[in-house]
Parts: sequence; structure tokens; C-alpha cells
Amino acid sequence: MQQLQNLKALNPDLTEEAMSRVDEIIDRNKGKPGCLIPVLEECQGVVDYLPMELLEYIGSRLNIPGSTVYGVVTFYSFFTMVPKGRHTIKVCMGTACYVRGIGEVQNRLQSKLNVKVGNTTEDRRFTLEAVRCLGACGLAPVMVVDSVTYGGVSPDSALKIVDKYE
Amino acid sequence: MARLTADGLLKLKEKVKNENALSKDGYTVKITVHLGTCGIAAGGDVVYEALKEEIEESKRDDIKVVISGCAGMCSSEPNVTIGRIGEDAVIYRDLDAEKMRKIFQGHVLGGEILNEYAMARIKEPV
Amino acid sequence: MSENNSKAEEIVEEKAEEEEQEKKKEEKVIPYLEDVPFFGLQKLIVLKNKGIDPELIDEYIAKDGYQAAAKALLEMTPEEIIAEMKTSGLRGRGGAGFPTGLKWEFANKSEGDIKYVLCNADEGDPGAFMDRSVLEADPHAILEGMIIAAKAVGAHQGYIYCRAEYPLAIKRLNIAISQATEYGLLGNDIFGSGFDFHLEIYQGAGAFVCGEETALMHSIEGKRGMPRPRPPFPAHQGLWKKPTVLNNVETYANVPQIIFNGGKWYAGIGTETSKGTKVFALTGTVKNIGLVEVPMGTSLRTIIFDIGGGVPKKKKFKAVQLGGPSGGCVSEEFIDTPVDYESIAKVGAIMGSGGMIVMDNQTCMVDMARFFMDFVQDESCGKCTPCREGTRHMLQILEKITRGEGEPGDIDTLEELSEVIKDAALCGLGQTGPNPVLSTLQYFRDEYEAHIFEKRCPAKRCPALLEFEVDEEKCIKCGICFKRCPTEAITWEKKQPAKIDKDKCIKCMTCITNCPSDAIF
Repeated sequence: MQQLQNLKALNPDLTEEAMSRVDEIIDRNKGKPGCLIPVLEECQGVVDYLPMELLEYIGSRLNIPGSTVYGVVTFYSFFTMVPKGRHTIKVCMGTACYVRGIGEVQNRLQSKLNVKVGNTTEDRRFTLEAVRCLGACGLAPVMVVDSVTYGGVSPDSALKIVDKYE
Repeated sequence: MARLTADGLLKLKEKVKNENALSKDGYTVKITVHLGTCGIAAGGDVVYEALKEEIEESKRDDIKVVISGCAGMCSSEPNVTIGRIGEDAVIYRDLDAEKMRKIFQGHVLGGEILNEYAMARIKEPV
Repeated sequence: MSENNSKAEEIVEEKAEEEEQEKKKEEKVIPYLEDVPFFGLQKLIVLKNKGIDPELIDEYIAKDGYQAAAKALLEMTPEEIIAEMKTSGLRGRGGAGFPTGLKWEFANKSEGDIKYVLCNADEGDPGAFMDRSVLEADPHAILEGMIIAAKAVGAHQGYIYCRAEYPLAIKRLNIAISQATEYGLLGNDIFGSGFDFHLEIYQGAGAFVCGEETALMHSIEGKRGMPRPRPPFPAHQGLWKKPTVLNNVETYANVPQIIFNGGKWYAGIGTETSKGTKVFALTGTVKNIGLVEVPMGTSLRTIIFDIGGGVPKKKKFKAVQLGGPSGGCVSEEFIDTPVDYESIAKVGAIMGSGGMIVMDNQTCMVDMARFFMDFVQDESCGKCTPCREGTRHMLQILEKITRGEGEPGDIDTLEELSEVIKDAALCGLGQTGPNPVLSTLQYFRDEYEAHIFEKRCPAKRCPALLEFEVDEEKCIKCGICFKRCPTEAITWEKKQPAKIDKDKCIKCMTCITNCPSDAIF
């Protein structure tokens, strides 16, 4: 319990409520072979990202060295160690989307929102991500905001779409 | 649910096949909304909602709606297949909520195929 | 001047033509599905159940579902199943084309009390979505295929490794697994045969290299998904060092029908060396985008022009890319090549998992090669030097060329690096990584040379090599560029050619992409 309170002091995002859900996830998976990645996936779903303090906590609870946990988190693109914006824009960098002009869409979003791919705007409104194929090539070029998929986007329409998100 | 044996599997197959035949269960229309990831992204879920609303308003209880995966031609999505008892089924393309409502009124209720939105007809009875 | 007028007329004419077609559409008789070339020319085995409700197991059972599993579990020995698979001639649909029956035989003969059956649903090839569609439309076919494979090799535990980017596929697989479990089609004593098989989904975390078999197994073990040298092969030492069989989604989807209809039936479809059908995800600049399942041996021309309807008006077919970052492109002169593992390899591409991307004359092949190299470089796990360093170096050279800073000798260096990486990389990712560069060099060397020696991008896609000026001769004064320009860098008045202010221009390509008369250079 001591450790939990320390965590909250170190990182305000690790609230008691979040940590009790993290504990529940760990208890449910502990001891299963290969449980680290599913645990990390679920914990990221709770906290939105995986801060260093949380990685150390998960490692110690699962008896896995912190270095191994860190190694896994940095290897997979699904995991992030920095907090995300209120909305996540994913531009699909699959081949079909690329051939149909997603590169120009991405450039325009970068310059308009003043953020580089992989980063979050200063006001934490948007995180801009480039993702590998979303598998919706029939609608190329494709952009996803939060969980809504937009097909056939152009630089102009992409800006109009993101305008709708506050 | 009971565990299946090989024999039970065959029996279940025949039972489902029979039930699926429209005449057997009181349904006269079967509508399939093709909802794969691409279909949903193209607006298939909006079409699906519009369809459900129309059915509710029509107060018809002989219309069966099912979902399925991608129909195959992504560039024509969203797709919906409509089969009326004893007629060829028709697969419609490039739908939105408004077109869906028109097709519901025209084809499902009125029996008139809306040629301008139709992609193909399917011979096998639904 | 007169030429400009005729251009404008042409556009008007085309518009009229389009309208007429529109009219015809309204009056048309609706064709039967089999008379629409897109559907009629396909042969459906893997996709045969695409119209059923994937969230209801009964629908699958009504289509003869799980009867092959019953046959395999109750009437066949593992050896008989393997023999049937060998007769069918089915080869791995993940891309490499290893005979499935042989793979199962190795795992069957491998000693060990615990064995595993895995399904690779980590479809990472950008521009390919066949496996996603199968998982979403017909998940039970995969389950049934895996049950049969488990019996053949003597495994009682299976995993489906699915990418996290496919939430709907994961949801439908979960529903399928719980429904199959309720019916006793998964779990202990299936069909009262005494055979047990348990199945779980393992969600990937976004690493392309995890499509490689040994990397995938490391990932399930909870580690960084890095490949390891083979041998030992997974059939002897796979997941948790136990004998393991790994097949791709499409491979498993074929299995129930091979057992149900017999290997001979399946071997009757396709060519001498490549049996059955193959599903392609046809995308890019082509009229009909979608999933296409054809018998092996169908020509690329049939797939792209008859089924796909060819490239849209005003654009010209240039090449088709097969196999994504591990594959290559095929130019127009080889468009009659039949699709089978050997023929496709002969022309410099690979069958791959089934991504087929059509490119038109507005695609720059050097930029395409750069795009794929960027992908491979980014996804390189960093374990072996040839892939980690070699692909980075190749990417730098390609970036340099597209920026207009290419030097003589760059092409030679690219070729040299390609050979080394192909020979020395640890896994398939690196070994095949240079393929997009080599195949574009094979067919479009002149484009590389234009970039390097003339500082020119023939397809007009590399902004650094474009002037952003208007060719007044070609300009039809339509004003489209003026209306579309996001930075108001273009001035235009009616009946006057457009002008671009280079100080305001941000080289976003909008004008070039939208110009109807190809007048901006």
C-alpha cells in the first residue's frame, strides 16, 4: 500500500482507482506463461499510457526485471510511454493509401496542427500517428480519428474533419 | 447448449437450413448488411441503423435482418443484399442512410427493385 | 492555343460521355452476380461463406461447417490427414509457399508430449487485408482448420496471434471460440472422440517482424519479438521449445474443405506446382477494389483488367506490386504472367500473402522503393547487422535520390548492399527487404537515372525535383489549382493561365495532383 501512495506522488496519472484496476489485471494474469504483453496491453487501456513508474511496478509484481519490461514496451509500437492527446489521429501509411496520396494529407496535418508524426500537440488536443495498414484499403486514403474511420480523405477534407474534434 | 456429436452436427445443419428458408419461419424478406471493417468505415453502420429504424416504423415483423462480413468489392461499399421470398435477391452498392430508406420503401415494401443503386442479382433463393 | 481548346473540348466530351453512362445505368437490366466480371471470374473456396452471419455458429454449421473436423477426429488417423493434405498440394499462403502437409508431417514425427498449433493472423503487409476479411466473415473456418491441424500433429493447445489493429476480427474470433466451446467443438473430448483441443487468442502489439515465425513465438512468450536463426525449426523446437506448427489464416481456411471434399478435388484446381486458389487484396489505382479469389495460374491481366476493371479513365497502368515490402513490382510487359509461386518469382516479385497494388503513371517508382525501404528500416528489429545497418544505408541513399541529391554510383551501391543484405540477414524480413529496390531497378532503371542525372522525377511525385511552375502552353485556364491551393499561392483570372508565387508555395502537391491538363511541372 505504501508503494501505491508513492506512485501517486511520483505520477498523478497513477490514481488509486487506476492502480486498483492495474492490480486486478496483474492478479488475473500472474503466473500465466507469457503474460507480460497482455498485462501491458490492458494496463495501457486503463492509464492511457505506460509511464516508467508503472513499468517498474508491473515488473516487480510479476517478478520480471524492469529492464525486460522496458525492452518489451519499447519494442512494440502499440505501447507508448508518453501521455496522449484528447484525440488520436491516425493516418494510414499502408501502400494503397500511400499510392492514393496519404503522404500529402499527413504533411498538411503536420503543418496545420504544428505537430510531428508520433507527437502530441502542446494543448494536448491531438496526437498524430502514422500507422501501418489498417486493412481498409478499399477506402484509401484512410484516416482514423479516435475510433471513427474516414475514407477517401484529401488534405482539405482532413483539416475539416479534425476541426470537429475539440 | 448441448455438446455436439457427429450425428447431432448433421441434424443441426438440416434444422438450421430449414429454419433459414424464409417460408418456414414466417419471414418473407431477408436483408443482409455487409459489415466488415471496410463496410463499417464506409458508413455501413449508419445504413444499418437507418434500416432498423425503417423496419420499426413499418411495424412489419416478417423482415429478418442479418449481418455478415465483407461482400468482397470494397469500392462499392456499403453493400446490402435484399431477398424477398420467391424472388431473386438483389445486392445494392454505394449506400447511405437516405438511399437505404428509399430502397426499403421501394423494394422491400413495394417490390420494385431500385435499378440505379443495384449492383447485381443473385439467383439462389434466400 | 488550338491544342488547348481541343483539350478543353475533350474534357467536355468526357463529361458528356460520363453522363450518358450514368443514364444507361438507370435504364440497365441488373445483371446476375455471375455475369458481373468482378464476381463471375472468381472461384470461391476460402471466401465461400462470405455472406453468412459470422457471429452465429449455426450459420456456419448450415454450410457443412465442422463436418470436416468430425471426419478428421472420428474417422481419420493423423497419418491419413497428412496424406490428404499432401495429395491436395496446398502450400503455405503466408507467402513462402512451403507445402502444408510436409510441415505437419515434420511436427507429427517430432518427439514430445506437448505440441502447439498456431495461426498467424498478424497480417502486417501494408496494403493487404485478405486475412482480416476472412477472420471477420468466416472465423469458424479458421477454428475448424486448426482443430484438424491439431489432430494431425498431436497438439492440444493452440493460439491465434492476431494484430491489435484488427479489433473487429478479434471480437468475432472471441465470439466464435466461445460458441464453439459451448457446442463442445473446442475443449475436452471433442465429438466424443477423446481428443482435446483448447484455443486462445493472443493479441499482437504492433511489430511487423512478428509475422516471422520465430519472432511470433517469442512474442507469445512475452518477449521482444525478435527472430532467431533456424535450425532448429519450429516443427522441432517452437513455442516454449516444444514442437509447433504455424500456418497463416488463409492456409487454415482451406483445410476444412480439403478434408471434406478430398485432397484430389483440391489438386484439380490450379497449376502443376501451385494448387487451389489464392485470395488477393486488389487495391491501388484500379476501378474495382476488393478481395479477389482466383484459381492459381490466372494471369495478372485477368485479375487487374477483367476482374478489377482496369485503371480508371485518364490514367495509365504502369506496374503492379505484389508481396509488399518483401516483394516486387511487375511491369506491363509481364502482365500476362500467371499467378503461381514459380512464375511470379521468375519475373522478380513474390506471391507474398496476397497484397496486389496497381500503380499508374503518377506513381514514382523511386519513391515507391523509398517507401518500402522506410517500412523495412522502421520495422527492422535490430538484431542482425546486415538488416539494421544495411537497410538504413539503403534508405539514406534512396532519400538522397528523391531529394535530388543523387550521385553517379548510387545505383551500384544500392545493388551491392541489396546482395549483401539478401545473403546475410537473419530472417525473412531482411532477406527480402531489398526486393522492392531490385525489382524497380530491373524495370524502371531509367527513372532512377532521371532522378540522379537529370534531377527530374518523371512521375512528378518528388516535390524536391519539381519547379512548381505553370506550362502556359498546356494550361487550359480552368482555375482548379487556384481554387484548391491551401496557401493562396496561385493567382488566376478567367481566360488567363495560372501563376504560382514560389514564396507562398509550400510544395503540398495539391495543384499538381488536381491539374486536369498536366500543366504544372
